[in-house]
Amino acid sequence: MQYTLLILLLPLLSFIILGLVDNKWSPKVAGTIGTVVLGIITALSYYAAWEYFTMHQVAGVYEKVIPFNVEWLRFTELLHINLGILLDPISVMMLVVITTVSFMVNIYSLGYMVNEKGFERYYAFLSLFTFSMLGLVIATNIFQMYIFWELVGVSSYLLIGFYYTKPSAVAAAKKAFIVTRFADLFFLIGILILSFYTKTFDFGLLTSGDPKVFAGAAGATFMGFSVLSWAMAGIFIGGAGKSAMFPLQIWLPDAMEGPTPVSALIHAATMVVAGVFLVARLFPVYITYTPEVLHGIAYVGAFTSLFAAVIACVQTDIKRVLAFSTISQIGFMMVALGVSGYGEHEGLGYMASMFHLFTHAMFKALLFLGAGSVIHAVHSNEMNHMGGLRKYMPITNWTFLIACLAIAGIPPFSGFFSKDEILSACYEYSPYMGVTMTFIAGLTAFYMFRLYFNIFWGKEHKHEHTPHESPFAMAFPLIFLATVTVFAGWIPFGHFVTSDRANYDIHLDMTVASISVIVAVVSILLAMVMYRKESEAPKKLAVTFSGLHKAASHRFYIDEVYLFITKKIIFNNISRPLAWFDRHIIDATMDGFANTTQWVSVKIKGFQSGQVQQYAYVFLLGTLVITLLVLFI
Amino acid sequence: MGDLLTNFLSGPVPVDAYLGLSLIMFFAGVYGFLSRKSLLMILISIELMLNAADINFVVFNRYLYPGHLEGFYFTLFTIAIAACETAVAIAIIINIYRNLSSVEVGNLDQMKN
Repeated sequence: MQYTLLILLLPLLSFIILGLVDNKWSPKVAGTIGTVVLGIITALSYYAAWEYFTMHQVAGVYEKVIPFNVEWLRFTELLHINLGILLDPISVMMLVVITTVSFMVNIYSLGYMVNEKGFERYYAFLSLFTFSMLGLVIATNIFQMYIFWELVGVSSYLLIGFYYTKPSAVAAAKKAFIVTRFADLFFLIGILILSFYTKTFDFGLLTSGDPKVFAGAAGATFMGFSVLSWAMAGIFIGGAGKSAMFPLQIWLPDAMEGPTPVSALIHAATMVVAGVFLVARLFPVYITYTPEVLHGIAYVGAFTSLFAAVIACVQTDIKRVLAFSTISQIGFMMVALGVSGYGEHEGLGYMASMFHLFTHAMFKALLFLGAGSVIHAVHSNEMNHMGGLRKYMPITNWTFLIACLAIAGIPPFSGFFSKDEILSACYEYSPYMGVTMTFIAGLTAFYMFRLYFNIFWGKEHKHEHTPHESPFAMAFPLIFLATVTVFAGWIPFGHFVTSDRANYDIHLDMTVASISVIVAVVSILLAMVMYRKESEAPKKLAVTFSGLHKAASHRFYIDEVYLFITKKIIFNNISRPLAWFDRHIIDATMDGFANTTQWVSVKIKGFQSGQVQQYAYVFLLGTLVITLLVLFI
Repeated sequence: MGDLLTNFLSGPVPVDAYLGLSLIMFFAGVYGFLSRKSLLMILISIELMLNAADINFVVFNRYLYPGHLEGFYFTLFTIAIAACETAVAIAIIINIYRNLSSVEVGNLDQMKN
């Protein structure tokens, strides 16, 4: 399967070409190149997935295929970094997800970004992002993953800050970069600890289950926890940063400053699930050696999920609602991983998490692209500038509705199946976890339909010009993704991705399924009553729970807490003294050297007069001094 | 006092007297080299220093290795070379004079800056 290398190299090539050419070619050509390259690698990924899932199964277990692996950097015998391609069920699944969504976003952008300044730059960055994300999922070792992880962070930064003349976009890009980079510091520390004790970066060795690999870490503890726990927790923090888990979620809502297709690609479908992918990739290590960290992941995921769902209920910017819904859904995936065990039925959570990742990528990309279509039509992100759009935008309306039904967990749409598996896994873990997650699922249904009814129903807002349906380039991805969303639930996902890579038949747990469907339907009806027609109910509720409403609209003041900590505490107590030390001690020392040298040179400049007689005089004096020294000392 | 004077006048010339003479000549040359502004005077001072060295050659040859002639020949060579050197130096000085209408060392700062 050597051709998988092409999947990685083609987007890189397209990035280099588009980046070098910049605006010398017309936007049409640049867009076509980007889209065609994506089309090719999408086809290649589908072929790779087909070949992998049909041909690489040995005795019912999918084998790991490494079609390509080279030693890239060699420091010592033990410390060397490889670059390669690792194909196993999750990476192949991610290939399909990333290329599909990226391809759709490329097509969509042809319509959405047309007439934007910097169209070529946009396509170059999209290619760069696709390249980095693909490199991340097929990494054979944790260090390669880290390299691409950072590349993903950079391309995300570049794309959020695409409208670089807008201060808020620049601030959002910086915030995203700094917050994720801060989390990546822990990731790096985790990698270093882990590889120090195991003497390897290789995923194959780390997840092989061979106890010899971890023998070096046996008995080594630090502050009551084993060093492995610390390492794996550090790695999870890195993943939490990218996946916007509490308390590192602050960057994702702001990242909506980027162009909407970018939000669909990066901040809904692909990059933000990198953390989930990371935990899934190292899952055997988590479950065997550090189950306590895995429990922590479950609780962090559940809390984030609840937290974000509550905020999503009161936001008025439609992209922000979707952003918080993304955070909440990633929380679901994390919970599913956290509650999972290893093996056939025990590994249900793992399978459910990956399944939800797959379906969520599709319907959340669809939601974002639909939101982009709406924004394109009414030129505003604010909910109360919309309303009654269903008449003008039938395609957007129907596809958006499908996506909302999917995320709310209504059968037979894809979200129902994956969410049901997650809920079953949660109920098996503990009833409390199950009930909590069911409640959050209800909240999800409520805020999604609040969004839906506010956009497409409700009171019609006066528009400057009549909203119109989007062009074909934008409508096609919507229809395609909606089709996937309708049918993806019927994929026998357990036959492809499971924790031990063996086949597993999904059973629908009827009790859990019916409970979650009832909760979802009730929530939808509630949203319908409140928002379908203009009513006083939302306002009354807001007044009744004014404290909660206000706190949630301000995202529970987490941003303010961060600002307080950074600006008031860290800046004042650490940064300023450091800056003073830098300016007055370190810089002053260096300046002192320079000033002294200059002073001395000014003083002795006169010596070099060019007058031979003067030189001879000095020479004579010198001779005399030396003579006297030789004579008398 | 009388004894000393008699010895001084009747005996051979002591080596100290020769060395004293060459010392005075040499430092007169050094002083001239350092203090004179005219290139010609500087050149003359250099000649003075060379001649002081020549006297030393002759004297040391006479007192240390009587019967040998190396010191004398060396002195002859030095005189010849000094003559050549003077010729070259004067040629240079004449050129300088033609260009600058002056042979003062203080004025020779065209190469500076």
